[in-house]
Amino acid sequence: MLYAILCYHDEDHVGSWTKEQDAAVMTKLAVVQEKLTKQGRLGPVARLLPTTAATTLRKDDPPLVLDGPYAETKEQLLGFYVVDCKNLDEALEVARDLGAANPGGAYEIRPVGVFRPGSVQS
Amino acid sequence: MTDTAWIDAALTSARPQAVGALLRYFRNLDTAEEAFQNACLRALKSWPQNGPPRDPAAWLIMVGRNVAIDDIRRTSKQQALPEDEAISDLDDAEEQLAERLDGSHYRDDILRLLFICCHPDLPATQQIALALRIVSGLTVKQIARAFLVSEAAMEQRITRAKARVADADVPFETPGAVERSERLVSVAAMIYLIFNEGYSASGDTAEIRSPLCEEAIRLARLLLRLFQSEPEIMGLTALLLLQHARAAARFDADGAVILLDDQDRSLWNKSLIAEGLALIDKAMRHRRSGPYQVQAAIAALHARADKPEDTDWTQIDLLYGALEIMQPSPVVTLNRAVAVSKVKGPEAALDMIEPLAQRLSNYFHYFGVRGAFLMQLGRNDEARTAFDRAIALANTSAEAAHIRMHLDRLQRDSQPRGKKAGR
Repeated sequence: MLYAILCYHDEDHVGSWTKEQDAAVMTKLAVVQEKLTKQGRLGPVARLLPTTAATTLRKDDPPLVLDGPYAETKEQLLGFYVVDCKNLDEALEVARDLGAANPGGAYEIRPVGVFRPGSVQS
Repeated sequence: MTDTAWIDAALTSARPQAVGALLRYFRNLDTAEEAFQNACLRALKSWPQNGPPRDPAAWLIMVGRNVAIDDIRRTSKQQALPEDEAISDLDDAEEQLAERLDGSHYRDDILRLLFICCHPDLPATQQIALALRIVSGLTVKQIARAFLVSEAAMEQRITRAKARVADADVPFETPGAVERSERLVSVAAMIYLIFNEGYSASGDTAEIRSPLCEEAIRLARLLLRLFQSEPEIMGLTALLLLQHARAAARFDADGAVILLDDQDRSLWNKSLIAEGLALIDKAMRHRRSGPYQVQAAIAALHARADKPEDTDWTQIDLLYGALEIMQPSPVVTLNRAVAVSKVKGPEAALDMIEPLAQRLSNYFHYFGVRGAFLMQLGRNDEARTAFDRAIALANTSAEAAHIRMHLDRLQRDSQPRGKKAGR
């Protein structure tokens, strides 16, 4: 089963990391990602640009375009993983590993319903 | 979380909110700053053991306020306490405080803090220094280093700025809609000044001063989080991101300037460019154009070109035309002339800058650009005169070296053909 691991953190906090702190987190996360890649379990990984770059389309009639992210929360959705796990326990284990590499904030673990791998290169 | 680097980041991000709120209580910059420092010291002791609080800013405000009030009570019985109203809710639990501080409250505090730093009575250099000290929390030493002045001189500059703010009658009530938009304009201008302090560094100082660019970007993003639908703040943030994206390509190993056309575009920071482009796209949808948006749109056209020859100079010419109307200045016209030279040739560009000669008679770039146009037209003697004048006006050794490179090229080109230049 595929699980989406959605990464939430306080954007002000993450935005205050120095370049070096940011690079250190990314290096630690890469170790966890490497392991999952070797096991063939890692799907797409995305780090999102700041929520200030976000635009929201409210599906009203007519649709309404708003500046900013959809949900006003203290912690923002900053990225996500798609990982192949047997069950929730396994997905939690992956999230714990990621959390040890990048403490603070929260991971929301959501089973994936429909998955199309796509073919986009960034 | 044993690594204190993460606590540092939390303190940095909470700083504008916390100092802003403490300033509202104590109405004195020094007291507010000291209260925040004390709260930070306590955080460094408490957070590693207890974990970070749910709302670090609220925690720091509460602790900072209580410590400062204790201090005031202890050290000076004569000193008047803040109004009862402001300190009557001392026993607030963090939760209640956090709730009250949510949203718009934070926004006004941060805005007030930024606004105080760009008080109209202060000269620009003091505004920047004060903002970096109070809002960003850089040490006097760090700021002095970035401005290439002694620590003592910077200390004095900041002290003077604080004294002036204290003398001026700074309004502490919540700003109204009109005031707020006026303040937003001056705050945006101050952030742009901070960025330019870092960006105008020459090769040998770029490394030291680039943190100023990063801090300006952080402040711009903060401002944009507070005003999510302000197209000019989107434009400002986009402009800073797109310019800073080129940082790694702007100087060669010897610290000499590399012009846009000659930069190695693979060194441009793609993630910053992506964010800048996203923001300018969003801004344009509002159809409320302004100078930052136009400048960001120009930077975006450069950023979108994979190779210099892919640059859409016609569009850039049009955008500079718009900027000339919004913000008429000989420097804008000079920049436009560069675009015109690409679209219509150097002759037309030269005609365009001729009328600026008097107003820009002491401006380095005027003579550099003029020399380049003349060189393209083969008027080498006149070009040489212009370049000589540019060198005399150069602000940094890197600028002078760049012009000397042009002169060397003229020298080579003017050697008779077939003869090797014997040196």
